[in-house]
Amino acid sequence: MKFITIDKKDWTKGIDKSRKTYQLFGPVKDENGCKIKELDKDLAPEMDYHESVMSAKSVLFPQTETLLTANLDESVEDHHIMKRAKNEYTPRAVLGIRPYDAKAILLVKLNFDTDEYRDPYWCDAYEATTLVGLGITHPGPFDFSTSVGSGPFGEEGLDILMADLDDHYLAKVLTPKGEAYAAACGFDAAADDKESQALFDILQLEAEKNITSRVETDKLKDKALLDLHEAPFWDDIAFACINCGTCTYVCPTCWCFDIQDETKQKQSSRFRNWDTCMSPLFTRHATGHNPRGAKVQRVRQRFMHKLKYFLDKYDQGIMCVGCGRCVKSCPVNIDIRQVAHTMNTFEKKD
Amino acid sequence: MDTCIKKIRALAADLLDKGEVERVIGFAKGTIPMATSPIAIGSKQEIEKLVFNSICGLNLANFVTKQKGKTAIIAKGCDSRNIVTHIVENQIKRDEIYIIGVPCTGMVDKFKIASLFKDEITQFEEAGDTLTVSSLSQTQTLNKQDYLRENCSLCTHRNPVLYDVLAADLVEEQVLENPFPDVDRIEALDPDARWEHFENLTKNCIRCYACRNACPICYCPTCFVDEAGPQWVGKGQNKTDVDTFHFLRAFHCAGRCTDCGACVEACPMGINVRDFTRKLNKDTLEMFGWEAGLDLTKRPPLDAYSPQDPNDFIK
Repeated sequence: MKFITIDKKDWTKGIDKSRKTYQLFGPVKDENGCKIKELDKDLAPEMDYHESVMSAKSVLFPQTETLLTANLDESVEDHHIMKRAKNEYTPRAVLGIRPYDAKAILLVKLNFDTDEYRDPYWCDAYEATTLVGLGITHPGPFDFSTSVGSGPFGEEGLDILMADLDDHYLAKVLTPKGEAYAAACGFDAAADDKESQALFDILQLEAEKNITSRVETDKLKDKALLDLHEAPFWDDIAFACINCGTCTYVCPTCWCFDIQDETKQKQSSRFRNWDTCMSPLFTRHATGHNPRGAKVQRVRQRFMHKLKYFLDKYDQGIMCVGCGRCVKSCPVNIDIRQVAHTMNTFEKKD
Repeated sequence: MDTCIKKIRALAADLLDKGEVERVIGFAKGTIPMATSPIAIGSKQEIEKLVFNSICGLNLANFVTKQKGKTAIIAKGCDSRNIVTHIVENQIKRDEIYIIGVPCTGMVDKFKIASLFKDEITQFEEAGDTLTVSSLSQTQTLNKQDYLRENCSLCTHRNPVLYDVLAADLVEEQVLENPFPDVDRIEALDPDARWEHFENLTKNCIRCYACRNACPICYCPTCFVDEAGPQWVGKGQNKTDVDTFHFLRAFHCAGRCTDCGACVEACPMGINVRDFTRKLNKDTLEMFGWEAGLDLTKRPPLDAYSPQDPNDFIK
């Protein structure tokens, strides 16, 4: 373990230096709020944002990503043969992300990187990426990360965790990737490990004290899946839902995608787009049959996947890191904390 | 408006008690500040769940179709205009719906209020026109009239146009010298700047379709963007495809949009989706003297032919 101090005056200079070898991503603010985006040259990450509508998910899993391409010109050798798209996997660093967004990447990894299958696009991007998090000193009222195994100073998934100490950052370098990135920035002012850790512990404790929001999930594991599936409360939960994709798109852990083919003149490409289980199209078969044709089935699917199927399948908690984005962004205020409570306390009546 | 909730609850309880309606559709208190949630109340015991305040910005007409049995709905001016539109467009029958009209003094712009704060809002209270909004670091007292949603500040139909009962006294309608200052601003731009304005508007669109799904007139069984055979529009984040969705949706709303603002209310990115529909509202007013949802006996202008229709485009 190694701590370094970074004077804020040197921050921009340092990350600019890293641009020689790293493609940078970070929080960017505009009139529509804050998103994690690629940082164009001269654009510094917005480090003191209090919320970002969109998570860091898109850095590894862009909303639209070309997978394969083919040339349809028959005079060319290999025409009509789909080949992997020439995407760049040069080193990239994501700066200033929330610790829970890094934890979310680990949950997404469970799906894209398994013993049976490795999604080459996501995994190659993941391997190329260094995640530099910024601890949350003042958690917002919707942050319930501590009750789902993350927290304002959670280290899981991060390569570097920084703490904002007014005129400087104190950075805890957690992995070799983190070390390499700090070196590329020229950040090398070592801080005392013991003292720094003590300070981190205090900051974490203080920040966690301010988290008032929580989610109950302790009884979900022992509930019978079909009891929850057939529970009577789904109609009430689903009534307000307008079946937009907001909750799934703002969610850092939702990983579902759709595959599309498009042809333009002699160039064909196959790409994937984020998909949403809220949309009837998500499950509609070519025959026209839709196993989740009703809104209530789709709403149930989203919560059952996050709070029950995922938990049962991986035994690594629920598929939620407590960022609160879906709670804030849902146009009709469907609140996952409330749904979790309803599911967690549900007792089947005989 | 905060006092009319007692009347709303009493009316709703009475309707449910007498079995005149199966359910009452209204707004429930949100789980977070500055949020409400549409709710269907089926029994008198749940009546306290109903609220009505300045954050009921969605349009409840979007929730009344395809219900079994008679439904009562809490309707602001715009909701009532969309109920009229639903009846005219055969989405519901007049006798299937019981309208509890609520004269409205406007809904507040949540994005505008949130932008006043450095951190997240933890409390929102209103008393008459005074809004008290707090975050963890500060409290601000605001005048509601300064923070109305743009469509509400330009609204000339605050009173329900169709109702069975009123939950409060009618309010005075606004008389506006110019009901379309926003359109005028865009029209005044040169073509390049105008194009840039619209390009910019959609640059953060995530295609969640919350705007479309919150819109009461977007009820097509399959929206053109969801059609798969043939597929009319690409589904990726290609800018042309994103823009195509917005442009075509707006044109499909021409002469039908009541400017209720539900699209803007629902957009997670805070995009002023109304910029796409407003010019069409202005055109239908100027060309056909038409405002949507005011008259049960008339078809929307683009849905009917009249020899008096403007023919200036024929040269």
